[in-house]
Amino acid sequence: MKRKFSFLFAVLAFLCAVPMLHGCSELVLFNPKGPIGESEKSIIIIAFALMLLVVVPVIVMSIWIPLKYRASNTKARYNPNWSHSTKIELAMWLIPVVIVLILSTILWRETHRLDPYKPIASETKPLNVEVVSMDWKWLFIYPEQNIAVVNQFVFPVKTPLSFKITSDTVMTSFFIPQLGSQIYAMAGMRTHLHLLADEQGEYTGQNQQFSGYGFPHMSFKAKATSPEDFDAWVNKVRQSPDKLDFARLDDLRKPGVADTVLYFSSIDPGVFDHVVDTYCAMGESPGGKDAASHAQHAPEAGGYGTATGDSGSMGAMAHRAQEN
Amino acid sequence: MFGKLSLSAIPFNEPIAMGAVYGSLLAGVAVLALITYFRKWPYLWNEWLTSVDHKKIGVMYIVLAMVMLLRGFSDAIMMRAQQAVALGSSQGFLPPDHFNQVFSAHGTIMILFMAMPFLSGLMNIVVPQQIGARDVAYPFLNSVSLWMSAAGAMLVMVSLGVGEFSRAGWSGYTPLTELAYSPDTGVDYWIWSLQISGVGSLLTGINFLVTVLKMRAPGMTLMRMPLFTWTTVFTNVLIIFAFPVLTVALSLLTLDRYLGMHFFTNDMGGNTMMYVNLFWTWGHPEVYIVILPAFGIFSEVVATFSGKKLFGYTSLVYATAAIMFLSFSVWVHHFFTMGTCANVNIFFGISTMLIAIPTGVKVFNWLFTMYRGRVRFTTPLYWTLGFLSTFAVGGLTGVLLSMPPADYVLHNSLFLIAHFHNMLVPGVLFGFMAGYAYWFPKAIGFRLNETWGKFSFWFWLTGFYLAFIPLYVLGFMGMARRMQHYDNPAWQPYLIVAAVGTLLILCGIGCTLMQLVVSIRQRHANRDLTGDPWDGRTLEWLTASPPAAYNFAVLPVVKDRDAFWDMKEKGTAYLKPERYEDIEVPRNTFLGLAVGVLAFLLGFAAIWHIWWLAVAGFAGLIAVVIARSCDDDTTEVIPAAEVERIEGLRSRGTA
Amino acid sequence: MQTESLTMPANASGGHEVHDVAQIQALGFWIYLMSDLVVFGGLFATYVVMSHNYAGGPTGGELFHLPDVLLETMCLLCSSAVFGLAMVAMHKGDRRLVLAGLAAAFLLGLGFVSMEAGEFQHMILTGAGPQRSGFLSAFFTLVGTHGLHVSFGLLWMAVMMAQTVAKGLTRPVRARLMRLGMFWHFLDVVWIGLFTVVYLMGVIK
Repeated sequence: MKRKFSFLFAVLAFLCAVPMLHGCSELVLFNPKGPIGESEKSIIIIAFALMLLVVVPVIVMSIWIPLKYRASNTKARYNPNWSHSTKIELAMWLIPVVIVLILSTILWRETHRLDPYKPIASETKPLNVEVVSMDWKWLFIYPEQNIAVVNQFVFPVKTPLSFKITSDTVMTSFFIPQLGSQIYAMAGMRTHLHLLADEQGEYTGQNQQFSGYGFPHMSFKAKATSPEDFDAWVNKVRQSPDKLDFARLDDLRKPGVADTVLYFSSIDPGVFDHVVDTYCAMGESPGGKDAASHAQHAPEAGGYGTATGDSGSMGAMAHRAQEN
Repeated sequence: MFGKLSLSAIPFNEPIAMGAVYGSLLAGVAVLALITYFRKWPYLWNEWLTSVDHKKIGVMYIVLAMVMLLRGFSDAIMMRAQQAVALGSSQGFLPPDHFNQVFSAHGTIMILFMAMPFLSGLMNIVVPQQIGARDVAYPFLNSVSLWMSAAGAMLVMVSLGVGEFSRAGWSGYTPLTELAYSPDTGVDYWIWSLQISGVGSLLTGINFLVTVLKMRAPGMTLMRMPLFTWTTVFTNVLIIFAFPVLTVALSLLTLDRYLGMHFFTNDMGGNTMMYVNLFWTWGHPEVYIVILPAFGIFSEVVATFSGKKLFGYTSLVYATAAIMFLSFSVWVHHFFTMGTCANVNIFFGISTMLIAIPTGVKVFNWLFTMYRGRVRFTTPLYWTLGFLSTFAVGGLTGVLLSMPPADYVLHNSLFLIAHFHNMLVPGVLFGFMAGYAYWFPKAIGFRLNETWGKFSFWFWLTGFYLAFIPLYVLGFMGMARRMQHYDNPAWQPYLIVAAVGTLLILCGIGCTLMQLVVSIRQRHANRDLTGDPWDGRTLEWLTASPPAAYNFAVLPVVKDRDAFWDMKEKGTAYLKPERYEDIEVPRNTFLGLAVGVLAFLLGFAAIWHIWWLAVAGFAGLIAVVIARSCDDDTTEVIPAAEVERIEGLRSRGTA
Repeated sequence: MQTESLTMPANASGGHEVHDVAQIQALGFWIYLMSDLVVFGGLFATYVVMSHNYAGGPTGGELFHLPDVLLETMCLLCSSAVFGLAMVAMHKGDRRLVLAGLAAAFLLGLGFVSMEAGEFQHMILTGAGPQRSGFLSAFFTLVGTHGLHVSFGLLWMAVMMAQTVAKGLTRPVRARLMRLGMFWHFLDVVWIGLFTVVYLMGVIK
């Protein structure tokens, strides 16, 4: 029995050792490159440590107690009717309560502080990015630079990133693990996320919510560059012959995996809102713009090319007409 | 005539699927052939298929659970094998369409067609005996529940060879499960197998709650009930409140898919987030539904094999009640990342953490039960010890995940997979294996081989660690769940270790099967002649092994907790009555099986849009209900002389 | 009291006397009704969440005709009241009156279902069917589920009328009538919630 336990411990120790030998660099969650990720790593470590206060005694007791009181050990005390102790009851209820209280306080404070919707305080002007998840690729729109990119996200280091995210397909989750929080992308809705990278480098970005056939392909490179390199990159994108107008957008929205990075040197205004409005629930046009005029460009509302009825924009027209 | 069904629904061009189909068909045909060869059809029909005896129904549930364990586990092996090799230029051996079905089937089967039948089976065999009752409140409905679960499981099995299963995960998130993104029959198989078995589960919940509330032996107050009975009470309350919500979620999705409505579509006013909320309002109580009975089993095992009263009985009961209530207030923790405001996430995060408190209390109560006891290392106790040490790690990771900012980086990663398997395997599975080993002699009449049982345990324990600790690491490395393929070579070593762990678990399952074979061969030597093979403490050990149809010839009078132990100490356990009385028992009926068959046909027809058959199946179900409701003669009497004869056989056997 | 053998406890034989069985069946049925309430709860929640998802289509205010709703409500409530009278007759053992009450309750219930079916048909024909918008999907499903329950209740009522004719007011028949009554009144309560949340609030905009 003891040999089996030592074997078990050896295996576990080996498993823990391997990542250490790796240099921890692959443990991206413990190697964050931005303040959000840093804070989240700290929370994980603190909660882990606090919980060990309960877990380690439990594991030790679950091995020591049965061993000591095994039936063959006649020296151990046997109290068959001992089934209550107020002191032990108090301890077993109160100690976890205290730990939970501490963790709850941390939870309260940190959940507010790390709210994805909360902008990151900084003297640098934030970079606004609009993200659309599609089957099975990511579209990044830079409204202020008037460019768009597929499957690559380049941004300046030490600059707050302000994302507006939507989906042109099923629920997906926008995630750059080494920078911090993920958030769902959902059709007809806009979610917000704020991240920042402290160091230059290349990080993996991915879709964290299973979305069908091409799901494993939905990764992209997130590159944090110096501000100068970023401007140079923007200029490079502006040389691209490809433009993201609504027709090209319709092309992109067809299901398929984009194996290459695509650059669009200019975008039609309101491209992001247009995608959101396709699924608009209320028949109103939150984008404010002339949604009705885009009705002709609206593709089939979702799906792999199957007609599912009116697009929301048509509804917008009807609703507006009603109001008038 | 056949709706959407045609020969092209059979995956002739997929060798793995066809292999599974042929294998299953072969196994099924072999079983049928053996039954025919040994001329056991009348026996099977009269004693089992038409039985409304809760003990037999319980055994059939466990058979179903074990078969589906094999199916669900073969999915697990395939997933681990695929992920161990599918790096970079290698696409593995499972293309995305197939891999996506495999993980969807794995989750669906393990939760709904392995865990639920297993707990229903143990509840069926044990609870009426533990409360000193002769039967459950609704024996016919009990049979209906069993056969509806079986019908749901059959649908899942049929999806192997006719059409395909869902590719959208066991949770079936919209809009991926809407027609626009899943136009084929896969999601429909998933919907109907869940709906049909869900009705069965709901009926079981009502049945056993009423049984415990209304049919306890005289003197058995609520606070004298065994812990396993208590936990099943709480489980049944959870079932009654939670399963209707699943019914709603699935029904609305069905309306979207069949009638073109817009509950969860992306457009036309659908709200995909509503599905997520409805599903998890059921989904979270569901995981407590499967674990609470396991907790009850641990309570029984730890007390019996420590030869000691359960420590902290009252706080165990209240802690379980607290878990039951709290389990309805945590569901948003399954989607902290869906973008709700901080205050909502905070509420659900703290609520989730709160559940750790009563759960921890229970663990300590079990540990202190063994303290100053005389601990006997039987197979059920091994499973319990494995649980006590390993489950705590899962609890730790659960508290970690309950902090929304931590969840923001860990959600949907393999860390999450490792966490919930860390709860379900050492918690639910080890608990049910302990219960299986513990109550097998009672249900079947002879003991299981201890050596093979212990081998099985050790393979499961080491296999579990090897299979899931690497997944925690992979979660920290950023690997998401449900990946058919990946490009980061640093992940592969861990996935290979995990695959090895799965092979160890396979050995564990093999040992369990060997254990059954060997035990059957050795059954005469290991016969349980007294009905009390473990020196038990609760009333189920008072009956014979296996019990007579009526369980107790004389209903026991309960004077204390651990009623049977109390009777043994006072010498009142095996007293003969002055005279025996007639005993009324429910009659067997084939109508329960008929409901199952009709439900299966209804489901299959609905999936394939064979409308005439669906209508016929539905009409048949109504007809059965009406027929049964007009039947006033549903019981029969076992005359006192017969009771005396049966009891006489027993006392001769106990010598 | 002998010490060497057991005296039989009162309910040792068979397990339960017949009235116990009825009680046990009633409790189980009550719990089932509570689970049904959870179903309606889920449908109500869905309706409320989607109550403004018109997708540019018609709203409740445009579709609902309160006078019709009032008539439906009267039918259903009167049906419940008449069923209650039938139960009084049942306790008195008056078979003819029971059958008359059941028949009246049946007809009133049928009136409710027909009017509701008519309302649905009209809405569908004017392009306001459940496929038009999320709001309408939720409306049709919530109200329709209630209507389906009422229809099943009517079927049950017919079966009970047949049983009362064939067997008379035996104990099992009475117990079944009690449960049908619980079901029927339950549907009343749900309807009150329904017409408040859906119709009244849908019209008050």
